[in-house]
Amino acid sequence: MIAFIIRRVGQALAVILVMTVLVFFGTHVIGDPVWMMVPGDATQEQVEQVRREFGFDQPAHRQFLAFLRDIAQGDFGRSYVHGGPAFALILERMPATLELAFAALLMAVVLGIPLGLYAGLNPEAAPARAIMAGSILGFSLPTFWVGLMLIMLFSVMLGWLPATGRGPTVSVFGIETSMLSLEGWRHLLLPALNLALLKVSLVIRLTRSGAREAALQDYVKFARAKGLSRRRIVGVHILKNILIPIVTVLGLEFGSLVAFSVVTETIFAWPGMGKLLLEAIQRLDRPLIVAYVMVVVMLFVTINLIVDILYSALDPRVRLTGDTA
Amino acid sequence: MAAAGRGRPVLEVSDLATHFLTREGVVKAVDGVSFAVHAGEVLGLVGESGSGKSVTGFSILGLIDPPGRIVAGSIRLKGEELVGRGEAAMRALRGRRFAMIFQDPMMTLNPVLRIDTQMIEAVTAHEAVSVKAARARAVEVLGLVGIPAPEERLNAYPHQFSGGMRQRVAIAIALLHRPALIIADEPTTALDVTIQSQILAEMQGLVRDHGTALIWITHDLAVVAGLADRVAVMYAGRIVEQGAVDSVLDSPIHPYTQGLIGSVPGTARHGARLRQIPGAAPSLLRLPPGCAFEPRCARAIPVCRAAPSLSRTPDGRAFRCHNPVPQGAALPEMPA
Repeated sequence: MIAFIIRRVGQALAVILVMTVLVFFGTHVIGDPVWMMVPGDATQEQVEQVRREFGFDQPAHRQFLAFLRDIAQGDFGRSYVHGGPAFALILERMPATLELAFAALLMAVVLGIPLGLYAGLNPEAAPARAIMAGSILGFSLPTFWVGLMLIMLFSVMLGWLPATGRGPTVSVFGIETSMLSLEGWRHLLLPALNLALLKVSLVIRLTRSGAREAALQDYVKFARAKGLSRRRIVGVHILKNILIPIVTVLGLEFGSLVAFSVVTETIFAWPGMGKLLLEAIQRLDRPLIVAYVMVVVMLFVTINLIVDILYSALDPRVRLTGDTA
Repeated sequence: MAAAGRGRPVLEVSDLATHFLTREGVVKAVDGVSFAVHAGEVLGLVGESGSGKSVTGFSILGLIDPPGRIVAGSIRLKGEELVGRGEAAMRALRGRRFAMIFQDPMMTLNPVLRIDTQMIEAVTAHEAVSVKAARARAVEVLGLVGIPAPEERLNAYPHQFSGGMRQRVAIAIALLHRPALIIADEPTTALDVTIQSQILAEMQGLVRDHGTALIWITHDLAVVAGLADRVAVMYAGRIVEQGAVDSVLDSPIHPYTQGLIGSVPGTARHGARLRQIPGAAPSLLRLPPGCAFEPRCARAIPVCRAAPSLSRTPDGRAFRCHNPVPQGAALPEMPA
């Protein structure tokens, strides 16, 4: 187990290094950030001065080595635009995004699993068909459009929920969260629902096909032959078997929730990392982009690790060893 | 062991018909099956795949799912009628009064639950006992079926057991409530021959010691010969011949039984071409109007186009055939 985790951390570092190279040189090719930093009427001399100040006059590989040296010393660079340390800027925005993604994930599980179970166990029933038709909509409607429609319906026409921004936050162990107040949830609900819609559909489909398959297994028939109640068979025998693929997919999807939140955050003016990233890309704010990518990579690696550990808890046949990672 | 004269049978099935109402038509998986099993007796239910023997077993347990349905007949457990009972009433009986063991031990135990979980839940489903007491019961029956160190093995998962051991666990689960009847659906088919004979011997002993009635569903005549007291041969949803195992296997009356025995490779001379029954079992959707075996039967005569009724011999055998295999003294008057 410990060997497994150490190996994973090593892999994570390698992935981060590769990503850093790609993003660093990628943004280097796109354009010259100096023009974003100097005023429009700056003289050639002023431009050159800024360029020297930030080291842009150096060849790309020199810049990269300098960048790596700084990272080794714990300095992830400063945002060209905001001036502050890039990593700190990202981390400052991260709780808002994670909160959104977590709320969406929660909705996906709370709505998706019961609906999927129902549809899987009563495939011929009319409500089950309605659920499946709904899940197709959830899959195919574009996120930005659904977001706008949600705002139209719940904020503009019904006036139940606020359309933009994050509600009041409460600090818990130094992390700002809006999940602890009613007003916070009122702000969170629409963006989270918007973000969750695709995942709810995914979970419904996964759960349904899993339940349909599991219901035909001999162990279900044997459980019935033992005289177990239907609740016990569905809630323990079937559910525990279908949780394995659901946990795997949801873990991986959590990463994409963070990534997809760029769209949702923009629509709902949610002050998260995604919004910060969009601005950074527009302004070629390289340190900020690199820091964002590093954070996301670390997030993915951590999630994968958690999924693997959960997997072994759910499926006794899986044992984590150092050599099969 | 004589079947008659032992008082009321544990299980009496009469004229049971279980049909599946599919889009293509009515599949008569079981169509007019009657038999009885007494305490301590082993009934071998023999037939090819699709002959309705498993459906008969599931019908008794009330585990027929739509589009299947018991359309006629009666199933009585110690005199109590089971057909027409609600699901809750059947659930209370399953696992307690009768239990079932399945064919593939790799599939019957839930792979993600520990053995103790699966055994304790089977106890507490029927009795309000503490987890500790349920566990003690589990240890006891695991020992009974020959699992070494049952206390430790309880904490294992199914994949940590071999196939034979898993089947023993399944048998132990079936024995938890000392049921009056156990239905075993080809439980040794998926096992090695050596393990198979061990399990057969153990089941035989358990049934005798506890006075449990046992229905052993199989296609393996050798198993039936060694284990069963009586045998019922099924073909296309009907029992075509039924009687004491020795007399049926030694002198079959129905041509199908004869063909089945003839198909066992051990009875052929070395080098001789293996015998087989020509043709294939009929589709249950389109059964011939008369005897279902008539299209494949070497002894078929014109009257076989009409369904044969049940005939009995003086020594308690029953069969459905217009032109039975001749056999000297044992042969009764030929039915019209």
